[in-house]
Amino acid sequence: MRDLFAVIMLFGIFSFIAALLFLDMDAVDVAFTEAAVGAGVTTVLMLSALRLTQRYENVSHRHAGMALVVVTLTGAALIYGTLDFPSLGDPNAPVHEHVAPEYLQQTPEKIGVPNVVTAVLASFRGYDTLGETVVIFSAGIVVMLLLGLGRAEDFEQQEDILILWVVVKPMVALILVFALYVQFHGDFGAGGGFQAGVIFASGFILYSLVYGENHTRKVLPARWLPRLAALGVLLYAGTGMFSFFKGQVFLDYNALADSPVSGQHLGILLVEAGVGLTVFSTVLLIFYAFSGRRAVVHE
Amino acid sequence: MNEILGHFNYLIVVLLMMMGLYVVIASPNLIKKLIGLSLFQASVFILFITFGKVSGGGPPILSQQLTAYSNPLPHVLILTAIVVGVATTAVGLALIVRVYEAYGTTDEDEIDAMDNADDKPVV
Repeated sequence: MRDLFAVIMLFGIFSFIAALLFLDMDAVDVAFTEAAVGAGVTTVLMLSALRLTQRYENVSHRHAGMALVVVTLTGAALIYGTLDFPSLGDPNAPVHEHVAPEYLQQTPEKIGVPNVVTAVLASFRGYDTLGETVVIFSAGIVVMLLLGLGRAEDFEQQEDILILWVVVKPMVALILVFALYVQFHGDFGAGGGFQAGVIFASGFILYSLVYGENHTRKVLPARWLPRLAALGVLLYAGTGMFSFFKGQVFLDYNALADSPVSGQHLGILLVEAGVGLTVFSTVLLIFYAFSGRRAVVHE
Repeated sequence: MNEILGHFNYLIVVLLMMMGLYVVIASPNLIKKLIGLSLFQASVFILFITFGKVSGGGPPILSQQLTAYSNPLPHVLILTAIVVGVATTAVGLALIVRVYEAYGTTDEDEIDAMDNADDKPVV
């Protein structure tokens, strides 16, 4: 397929189907994330990159034979490797013997939140998540350094998108409210800071796409976003340091309140807020960086 | 028969991985390469979630009705990996945009040709 626009749209559809697949395999949090990220934000980012480059691909003069051989050999080796794997859904598979039973057992008594994924993410494996938040933050900063933040173009009012105007306005409000629900209800149902950050950002992105970016930039100027992203990381690491100075281990939330369980609740809330803030500002920062850049015309 | 059905997911994962790898190697277009890489990544996500599934289990949100739960650990790893994935894809796209601005093309073969033309020895 030479038209990259079509390729990107197909990839968006693939992501949405992958989200349904995750849902079918009980991974509700993952499905949530994939639907928001893969089908929403990635597609928009790829399209904005396409705007700055070429829509159509050149006819390739490459010989694909060698690639085909390499790929077939790799695939055959991998399929041979999977023959020893446990069947789908096998409860005695080695994966389920290690730390997972502990997490499932200890979550009600030690953390006291029903969503085990949130408990593992924010408390049991808080170090990993801190690292990942820093990676997202750094990626946002790198994109900003590569592309700059740009400024909004004057948006021409077009008559033929009246339907979009009418539909999008209430939808943006609903998306933002829903994002807040996902953020603060993440301990109990599916959701959390990662999903909420992406959904909140996609509300802003949708509004910019339909009403013009200069409006969203007025509400939330681009130069604030790196600071907000840094504030999120600081909130996360600061929560960890707080328990550190209370004489506990870094990121051990038991020290945050009088009883360990309410300390865990508070800790998870703060940490998820930090994650949400960083993810939201980074995604919006990346969007601004791409959409604020002028396309260079090569002859 | 059950053995084959139980391994069907792995087969799909490997096929997706092969497609992604093929696009990365065979397509000269940088944006297409990045999409191939994302496809490869998605296949790994599906592999991890497949490991986490327990038949008869429910989503790992504790409730009275459920006795068994799917493994929450792969879910945690993959949900963060997805968001990290979009951030790193954005870095890749930003690099491609800068490459296009410098070379006027996103075709790897053309970029190579331009680079090699500059490298010709002065006789």
